[in-house]
Amino acid sequence: MTDVNLSRRALIQTSVGAAGGLLLGFHVPQAHAAKTESRPWTTPTKGVEVNAWLAIDPDGTVTIRVPHTEMGQGGMTSVALMIAEELDVEWSKVQAVFADANRHLRNNKEYVTMFTAGSQLVWRQHPHIMQAGASARERLKEAAAQAWGVPRAQVAAKQGVLTSGARRATYAEFASAAAAVKLAEEPAIKQAKDWWLLGKDVLRLDIPHKVNGSAQYAVDTRLPGMVYAAVKASPVPWGKLKSFNFEAIKNRPGIVGAFELRAVPGKRGQPDMQDAVAVVADSWFRAKTALDLLPVEWDFGESAKVDNAALSAHAKKMLGETGLMTKEEPKALEAIAASKKVVTAEYERPFEAHLRMEPINATVHVQDGRVDVWSPTQDQSVAIQLVANQVGVPEKDVFGHTMFLGGGFGGNGAGGTAVTRQAAELSKRLKRPVKVLWSREEDVAQDKQRPMSAARLSASLGANGLPEAISTRAVWFSLDKANQWGPATADYGIATMPYIIPLRHHERHNLDTHVPSSTHRAPGANQTGFMIESFVDELALAGGWNPLDWRIEMTKGKDDWQRVLKTLKEKSGYRTDLKKGEGMGVAAVECHGTIAAACATVTVSRRGQLTVEKIVVVADCGHVINPRGAVEQIEGAAIYELSHAWHGGLDMRGGRFVNTNFDSYNLLRIDQAPEVEAHFALTGGKKWGGMGEPAGPPVPPAVANAIFAATGKRIRSTPFRLHDLSWA
Amino acid sequence: MAINLSINGVSHSVDIEPETPLLWVLRDAIGLTGTKYGCGISRCGACTVHVDGQATKSCQTAVSAVAGKKVTTIEGLSQDSSHPVQQAWREVGVPQCGYCQSGQIMSAAALLQKSPKPTDRQIDEAMAGNICRCGTYQRIKAGIRRASQISGA
Ligand code: FES
Ligand code: FES
Repeated sequence: MTDVNLSRRALIQTSVGAAGGLLLGFHVPQAHAAKTESRPWTTPTKGVEVNAWLAIDPDGTVTIRVPHTEMGQGGMTSVALMIAEELDVEWSKVQAVFADANRHLRNNKEYVTMFTAGSQLVWRQHPHIMQAGASARERLKEAAAQAWGVPRAQVAAKQGVLTSGARRATYAEFASAAAAVKLAEEPAIKQAKDWWLLGKDVLRLDIPHKVNGSAQYAVDTRLPGMVYAAVKASPVPWGKLKSFNFEAIKNRPGIVGAFELRAVPGKRGQPDMQDAVAVVADSWFRAKTALDLLPVEWDFGESAKVDNAALSAHAKKMLGETGLMTKEEPKALEAIAASKKVVTAEYERPFEAHLRMEPINATVHVQDGRVDVWSPTQDQSVAIQLVANQVGVPEKDVFGHTMFLGGGFGGNGAGGTAVTRQAAELSKRLKRPVKVLWSREEDVAQDKQRPMSAARLSASLGANGLPEAISTRAVWFSLDKANQWGPATADYGIATMPYIIPLRHHERHNLDTHVPSSTHRAPGANQTGFMIESFVDELALAGGWNPLDWRIEMTKGKDDWQRVLKTLKEKSGYRTDLKKGEGMGVAAVECHGTIAAACATVTVSRRGQLTVEKIVVVADCGHVINPRGAVEQIEGAAIYELSHAWHGGLDMRGGRFVNTNFDSYNLLRIDQAPEVEAHFALTGGKKWGGMGEPAGPPVPPAVANAIFAATGKRIRSTPFRLHDLSWA
Repeated sequence: MAINLSINGVSHSVDIEPETPLLWVLRDAIGLTGTKYGCGISRCGACTVHVDGQATKSCQTAVSAVAGKKVTTIEGLSQDSSHPVQQAWREVGVPQCGYCQSGQIMSAAALLQKSPKPTDRQIDEAMAGNICRCGTYQRIKAGIRRASQISGA
């Protein structure tokens, strides 16, 4: 019953299709480019492994094993570049593959970390990644030195060739000997001034596979005998599954069965399953259609009474009550109470989903003695641990396959969502490969959301119009009173703002909700950046200051901030004297070790139609290893945040989110997308910062500040689409 | 009921409910996974293919409706990734995560077929049905202009 004709034929045709796909292949004439394959987790290496990170083929090809995921942020290319830089090998001889996650766990975290989040790959991981390349290079030199009877210092390693005097050999010739070399001391990594490859524009390795449909994502996994599952978890988080009536759908075509999945009692952590029902069939569409027809009864409990308005009212109430003081300065409160010139405002932002373009999915195959997992996770090793735990097998028996990710944005961190457990559980019960794919509606409703948040900010101004004291109070909604992504993020941005205000006081409330939350591209700064950077615009204008000059004045003595803000002034042509209906706005936020400042230019028609014409971003991430990649991340992050601020906003009614697809939860589209211009103002030296996230947070406040300049209307909540921007 | 399909010039016969969306026939029955699922309600464009040369959202197209018509997917746009849009996309470096890009490329190719030198407004109109979560829009615009040059050269 489970193997209808469709799936048998499908399998036969797939194998033909796959082979055909590979034959079509493509050898793109990319001058001097390294490469990867469309399935870079299966690429065989013929070569000799010098260390876990790289192997050298007899023909000189260097295969670099990338422990991180590639979700469009350029991680695969960045790792390959950093190792090639140290190894000193021609870029055209490099091929990248994904590292084996099972091996990583088996060998006690051999790749240090597979975590791919927090913009950390270059910023935080470059020391050990570059070290792996440097170490391989020195081993190759040492092997040649021993063979030639010369000191290592007299051997040069350059572009894949070892030389000493008249002697010459390729790296490949000494690869085996190098693997056995033990160095007395590991070499230091190179300084930026000695780079020959880093710092140049390089086309990302994954791009050729992403223009012909050959790049393989987890959702594309197809295995012999595989069945498909559509799932529905309690639409109100943590509701109880009471019953479902399988009889109603069991005779539909291709149905394998319907299964209940249960939340682990008492556990409300990030990747834990909710009560859910899964319908399994021989194709996903058949499973999904049957699931939609399946009668299901739930008990939603008290959470069914919660909606956006109730949460908002609760936030407002708590903004009036003393919170946990994370920066206590009673004198700030006294100064504000005594001042004649005080500016006070309240800001609020809603829940937002990640909306990765690839809806959440996972494929797991449980067999005796071996389990395989294909998961779009930002940490392959965590996916293995989750599956091992769910199936009840040792980690060493679980094999993770790293696929390209159709977006991550922090939502696929720590093994992603409950989907991996769901697939593991179903495969365990069915004893065959199971692919679980969440519909877009499920993907949004069951996502771990970016928490709703609010803040009240007050400041008193001195005689020169500059603030003397500031007092801020933030509210952050997160599951279980903020054990999940609460404390750090609630203070981020506001409490960490760079402005030199003599007296600063900050409090926060972490409020419990039933909504699971998680990291989300630029956690904390993504919500609070808008609040603080809009508020300081209010302060500057109330004090009679030009908002950009105000920021320069208020960061005096901080060289990196000065460099970024002055570069923004020069590149953006920021001005405050445009005619009504046109406006420019600026904002600057630091996160992930990087300062990013943005200037937005907008026009607003009399009837209130907003056009964002252009966004100029200036960033200081210390060093840039691939300018082309860094610029792409600035362009992408700017659009990403503008999208939420303009069109986003999850709407909760009756305890559940009701706008769960692109018809009601829209994203920025090409016809509204501004031009984004990227510049760097780099500190260099010891400073390194991340680049995947920081360009986002300053964009919404820059646009809101520009809207104020154009219309005189101050926007204190998002999305912008809910505000009337008309003017007369 | 067997339905006869022509996909990328190859004939297929699938025995499936006639209302099944073409998207799922391509992905699950035939194994052409380059065409992606993003929303299932015709609002994101990830599933865009050509039906008799027209850009069409395959998630809302019943397989029975394309019987006897010529369907082209991203895998069949060219034999060797040499379509001007594919060349331009590599040159400009359009894709980030890449998940939306099969749909973007199919929409762009259909646009250029109709309007070899599209105006900005024509680009916006033709491409507004394709969401890119990674925000590659300005490179998509640049890619279309570059592809237009390559075709005209
Ligand atoms: S999947 Fe067809 S338009 Fe989104
Ligand atoms: S490239 Fe990621 S959604 Fe477009």
